[in-house]
Amino acid sequence: MLSIRNIVKQYANHRALDDVSMEVQRGSIFGLLGPNGAGKTSLIRIINQITAPDSGEVWLNGEKLNPSHIEKIGYLPEERGLYKKMEIGDQMLYLAQLKGLSRADATKRIKYWFGKMEMESWWTKKVEDLSKGMQQKVQFVATVVHDPELIILDEPFSGFDPVNAEIITKEILELNAAGSTIIFSTHRMESVEQLCDSIALINRSKKILDGKVNDIRNAYRNNTFRIRYTGALNDVQAAADIFSVIDQGPKDTGNEMTIQIRNGYTTNHALGFLLDRVTVNELAEVIPSINEIFIQKVTTLN
Amino acid sequence: MNKILLIIQREYLSRVKKKTFLLMTFLVPLLIIGMYALIVFLTIKGGDKQTKISVIDESGIFASSFEDSKSVDFTESSQTLSEAKTKITESEDGFLLVIPKNIENGGAIEMYSQKKPGISTLNKIEDQMNDILRVKMLKDAGIDPQTLNSIKPEISIVSKEITAEGEKDSSAGAAYAVGFAAAILIYISLFIYGAQVMRGVIEEKTSRIIEVIVSSVKPFQLMMGKIIGIGLVGLTQFLLWIILSTTLTGVAGKALLKDRMDLVKTEQPGKVDFNQDTAPRQPDSDEVGMEIIKAMQTIDFSYVLTCFLIYFLGGFMLYSALFAAVGSAVDSETETQQFMFPITLPLLFTYIMSFSFIVNNPDSTLSFWLSIVPFTSPIAMMVRLPFGVPDWQLFLSVALLIGGFLLTTWFAARIYRVGILMYGKKTSYKELARWFMYKE
Repeated sequence: MLSIRNIVKQYANHRALDDVSMEVQRGSIFGLLGPNGAGKTSLIRIINQITAPDSGEVWLNGEKLNPSHIEKIGYLPEERGLYKKMEIGDQMLYLAQLKGLSRADATKRIKYWFGKMEMESWWTKKVEDLSKGMQQKVQFVATVVHDPELIILDEPFSGFDPVNAEIITKEILELNAAGSTIIFSTHRMESVEQLCDSIALINRSKKILDGKVNDIRNAYRNNTFRIRYTGALNDVQAAADIFSVIDQGPKDTGNEMTIQIRNGYTTNHALGFLLDRVTVNELAEVIPSINEIFIQKVTTLN
Repeated sequence: MNKILLIIQREYLSRVKKKTFLLMTFLVPLLIIGMYALIVFLTIKGGDKQTKISVIDESGIFASSFEDSKSVDFTESSQTLSEAKTKITESEDGFLLVIPKNIENGGAIEMYSQKKPGISTLNKIEDQMNDILRVKMLKDAGIDPQTLNSIKPEISIVSKEITAEGEKDSSAGAAYAVGFAAAILIYISLFIYGAQVMRGVIEEKTSRIIEVIVSSVKPFQLMMGKIIGIGLVGLTQFLLWIILSTTLTGVAGKALLKDRMDLVKTEQPGKVDFNQDTAPRQPDSDEVGMEIIKAMQTIDFSYVLTCFLIYFLGGFMLYSALFAAVGSAVDSETETQQFMFPITLPLLFTYIMSFSFIVNNPDSTLSFWLSIVPFTSPIAMMVRLPFGVPDWQLFLSVALLIGGFLLTTWFAARIYRVGILMYGKKTSYKELARWFMYKE
């Protein structure tokens, strides 16, 4: 649905985006990940037509990005903000109408969302009278009130307490199930890796990795397993040609070790060796987190 | 286009609905009237205390003829010069006037005191002495004092303008006043409403709503919407002030008229046997009032008002675009100082020139250029206008003003679109120039 092609964005003395390309599938939840200052926000601003790229193109629904697309995108910026002295209801109406809704439609949809989020009584309140968490909810409604096809959330969970974060996550998944495409942008990779179907990793203005989360993680599996056991295991060197020990020692939950099985062998070989010596309580594959993959990728690139 | 209308609507309503707007609408005219009343009151009252002057008159011509006034009090001193001098050195605010015997032959008059006498005090003394001496000399020359009294010319030039409708009374004084008022009003309102634009931009920036908005509309639309919205607030305010003051003066005028009628009625019974020669003279104050009203009638108010609104709008658009650019470049109002200076400079310069120069030389070359250049014309032209400005100059000035605000708007928009998304950086002029050069 969204196709980003060879985007370059140059600021005075640094290049914010360097030949970045990626595809976002319709109906997916897409994670745009990378550390602070990697260029995520620059890319999002280009998608939102706040700034224009120096070169490269963005396509939405098979059309080159143009002003008519503004109404199809909902954007929650990292820096949240509302007019402090304006009543919430008026403010929502204003923002919704700026997104192209008629006044009547806007009123109807705002009422719907306020009901859904249990905010009906806030209509005549001013933003300065609301708590931070409440303001975030208002901001979220402002983002999705015009029923956008594409919802872009920049650092969505910063500023939310766990309860509200849960509510928002639920709403986002619901919107996704109803057909909206979601883009999460965050530097806290662990916070969204459970939610995302696909991700793209950006580091220092370059895309370094993208694809489906499962594919990426499978690609980064390296036959590492964690084993919990009871009993004494002193001659682990004897299995050196089956697996290497990365870590071994007593933990709160009992003895534990992490092993990497060598090529040509499987967990069965390792278990065969261990079962003669100790009681195995648990064996689990250690799949690297996106965070670890990111660090690994960055270090290998350097 | 629809979105600009939405923005204009929000900017307009959110300000007009505020209590401070209502307060300003009613309070400012009252404050202005109050201020002028105070000035008039203080001027009439004289304000200062009497200056005490002891006089040693060796010639014997003046001492008995000095007249005390509100500000000067003369006392004849019989002391010798040295005695009087020591007395003066002891008192703090006494003055000693010494008139020599040979005053008629060019003797020097001296004034002794601990501090410098005020110029107006000296003028008053000189005037009185000139009068007294002149009368004495005329008498000595054999002119009858009675004749002297009858020769007291009072000259006042009545200026007539030759216009299409024929000759009509014109009043330099009224033109003066109207030009002043209009220029002051434009000067103040450019600052008030320009600052509102700037504050609005800073508010959107600091509250961080700006990014939500510019993801829906172009920064240029937001800026123009804000400027036009606030400009309309200004127009509304002026309109209300005009309506308010015309009603107020209308009511006051009626009340005055009614008073007058009552006065005439109550005087009637007592004047059964009055004869034509002793017809009651109208009091002086009424004459002055009539003169003011007459003078005001010589000014074409709808013409001045139309020009005022055009120049307010033009000047406002021109300057508020710059104010918006400044607002976009900073994170808080305290940082605006360094950018405000070059913007306020031409305004301040014109303002000062208006009162010191233009009003006295409305048709000079400098006045002409000040009223043509877009950055200064909104104030300068308002001062010149009541004295009469050729149509071609007016058109040229307005055309350049429109061109000027298109230029500043274009210039400001280029800075604004970058500035609103920049946080936490101290902005320099170099930075602004770089923003200006950015493409989209």
